[in-house]
Amino acid sequence: MSNIFIVILSTAGALFILLAAIGFVRMPDAYLRISVTTKAVTLGVGLILISAAIYFEDLSITSRVLAIILFIILTAPVGAHLIGRASYLMKVSMWKKTTLDELEGKYNELTHELRSDDIKKDKEEENKKE
Amino acid sequence: MTIEEYLYYIILPVLAISVLLVFYRVLVGPSIIDRVVALDLLITIGITIIAIYSIVYDQSTFLDIAMILGLIAFLSTIAFSYYLGKRVRAKKILEKKEQQNE
Repeated sequence: MSNIFIVILSTAGALFILLAAIGFVRMPDAYLRISVTTKAVTLGVGLILISAAIYFEDLSITSRVLAIILFIILTAPVGAHLIGRASYLMKVSMWKKTTLDELEGKYNELTHELRSDDIKKDKEEENKKE
Repeated sequence: MTIEEYLYYIILPVLAISVLLVFYRVLVGPSIIDRVVALDLLITIGITIIAIYSIVYDQSTFLDIAMILGLIAFLSTIAFSYYLGKRVRAKKILEKKEQQNE
């Protein structure tokens, strides 16, 4: 009975990882690649680790597997956010069909602070006042 | 077909193909960001390969190494993005100083 679960979970996990790898090759720009890989690979790793926990049927191994899964679920979004922020600050080019860039002009280029209002407009207004 | 054979002859080749696809992006990747993300992804797929091997060879101690690899992958991504951001900022500050000197 547990063998069926192992086969189903490991097959689903391997398929998710394969889809993430294909998406990683096919997606047109860096931001889309980051978004594809983070979600799919987290799910695939979790499923395959759960199948390992079912195979061993041991409390210490199950807790170890849960620790790994918890750690990956906690760290993958943080890492993806940071690398996405770094790529935006490096001005990595976006896909040519991108229509909206909501962060445009909202990062201070010298301090890397993020503001909710447009920094360029503020500077123009200050120049007018002077 | 036992469960070990299934994992060894079907799941591991699928994972190997995905590692090759990700490695293609490491070689080709137009920006450094793609390479950093690809290395992170390689380590994460490595964790799953370790988990499959620990089932096939019935060695549960392999999972400890998987845990440590997960920690290292996170740290390397954080370090790379931190220093890439610092590099961009330092360039901007240098450009501004040069403009002021002119």
